[in-house]
Amino acid sequence: MSGEVIRRARGAVAALVLVGLVVAPWVVDDYTTALLARTLALALVGVSVALLTGVAGMPTLGQTAPYAAGAYACAVVGSRVSDVGVVQLVVAAGAGALLAALIVPLVVHARGVIVLMITLAIGELVVVVLGRWRSVTGGTDGLAGVPAVRPFWGLPALASDQGRYLYALVVVATLVGAVLVLLRTRAGLVLRAGRDDETRLRASGHRVAVHLSGAHIAAGAIAGAAGSVLVVAQQYISPADFGFDTSALLLLGVVIGGTASVGGALVGAALVIAVRDWLFGVLPGHAPLVLGALFVATVYLLPTGVNRARSRLSEAAAPQPDPPAAQERATVGEVGR
Amino acid sequence: MTGLLDAQEVSVRYGSLAALDGVDLCVHDGQRHALIGPNGAGKSTLLDVLGGSTRPQRGTVRFAGRDIGRLGPAGRARRGINRIHQRPAVFATLTAAENVVVAALPRVIPRRRWWPAGRRRAAQQLAGPLLEQMGLTAVAAVPAGHLAHGQRRQLEIAMALAGRPRLLLLDEPAAGLSAVEVGRLVELLQALPRAVAVLLVEHRLDLVYALSDTVTVLRDGRTLAAGTPDEIRTSPLVRQAYADGVA
Ligand SMILES: Nc1ncnc2c1ncn2[C@@H]1O[C@H](COP(=O)(O)OP(=O)(O)OP(=O)(O)O)[C@@H](O)[C@H]1O
Ligand SMILES: [Mg+2]
Repeated sequence: MSGEVIRRARGAVAALVLVGLVVAPWVVDDYTTALLARTLALALVGVSVALLTGVAGMPTLGQTAPYAAGAYACAVVGSRVSDVGVVQLVVAAGAGALLAALIVPLVVHARGVIVLMITLAIGELVVVVLGRWRSVTGGTDGLAGVPAVRPFWGLPALASDQGRYLYALVVVATLVGAVLVLLRTRAGLVLRAGRDDETRLRASGHRVAVHLSGAHIAAGAIAGAAGSVLVVAQQYISPADFGFDTSALLLLGVVIGGTASVGGALVGAALVIAVRDWLFGVLPGHAPLVLGALFVATVYLLPTGVNRARSRLSEAAAPQPDPPAAQERATVGEVGR
Repeated sequence: MTGLLDAQEVSVRYGSLAALDGVDLCVHDGQRHALIGPNGAGKSTLLDVLGGSTRPQRGTVRFAGRDIGRLGPAGRARRGINRIHQRPAVFATLTAAENVVVAALPRVIPRRRWWPAGRRRAAQQLAGPLLEQMGLTAVAAVPAGHLAHGQRRQLEIAMALAGRPRLLLLDEPAAGLSAVEVGRLVELLQALPRAVAVLLVEHRLDLVYALSDTVTVLRDGRTLAAGTPDEIRTSPLVRQAYADGVA
């Protein structure tokens, strides 16, 4: 079957990319390595955006909020409590999940553009709080000099860019793997069903609000963990890392990648971030403009993303289901007989 | 006398239009109850009220002795009220088998089973018998959005059955089905265990008479008549209503 071939090819590509990512720090310079590590963190946030936008059907511009919560929690814990990576990760994921849980009542009953607006507002609010709450966050200066992380008790601290990059890679790959597994459980199945038709899901006895809350909190935990990866990669964070441009870029990346696909989200987010970083170099000051144009072009040309565009093409080749309304009404006339 | 489902004095208004105006309806355990009436009579609205997706302005709904007026659709489905919609509602990106699995999850599949659809085979094992009854075995692995209209309707019926209903609410299940499919549907409904009560909205009176033991006629949001199929068939009032309603 061709489906099997495609699946194999996709697996092979994923494996190749993974190998490339593992050897990358020995091929590129330290600066690029650090940049790659940061991109990994953002790609992981992209996965959480995809989980909400594509899988659960809640488009979001606010995943920078749990991302920031995780990053600051990790930075504070890393500076004052523990340099053990696992501890920092758990704390960061917990902080992201907690913030997401607090937001749940605001978003769980809203849909579509309303969710976008609410989450956008929350993301901006978090940036303001980060700038004002100086005693904890260092204000607009941010938090610098977070000690190098040691992945696990008894292991040495990661002093090199390569080491920190590999740590980021292991964490991101593990979490992405966990998300892929999660999507194959009943939870993933029900989420996809809810995106297709919430009314039907309710009529089958599913508590849709509970599912959506769970998805929102899980996505918050993932974004929080990504925040911890960012701290490890940069050893420095400031509110500028969590601004609106980041949310917009992530949503753009996820849309480009095809919202419902985790792999697509990874590729899309990484691509968009890479383009931004590259543009910063060649077109100083104009990067937002170019990205804005890219955003408009993407939304215009690919309203459902690359993946959907492809499946739409294959759908066009397949026989179309007949329109329901005509047939349904056809039997109505028999009443009078 | 109280039944499995007991709706009293149900009224639903949309603006100045009374879609339902003080309707009583009682469905007994194992009963095959048909609800007929001209277009716009309020049949679908009544199913919405019973299924929990529409809140009536007035009236009570009791199921198995309990007031369920405050429960939403999910709560009612968990208590055993399952329905199909006038426009077939299925999960378009899920395969037919996965659709059935999702419908079965809340009441049927124990929580410990985390992987009902993790592997195709497990899903097909669960969904297989129902899909076969509906003649959908060949399309078990096809996304529901790719199915033909009649197949989607049959899939939704399979989903309703997958929830192990005590009361099945069917809104025009035969609409858009081919003759073969209608035959299969009639067979299936006749073979349903008596533990399942059915409330059937259907325009095709031949099916109504073949399938039901009680018929309620609605018109303009009111109960016009109720009785056995024979009584309804010969009632001059009902003939008159239908003649007006459809002309
Ligand atoms: N959401 C709504 N808003 C406004 N009016 C509505 C709404 N739903 C139904 N109605 C009106 O209520 C009346 C009853 O509609 P309903 O769908 O229950 O009729 P029905 O008996 O199912 O008809 P049909 O045989 O055409 O399916 C109709 O006049 C319809 O236009
Ligand atoms: Mg109707």
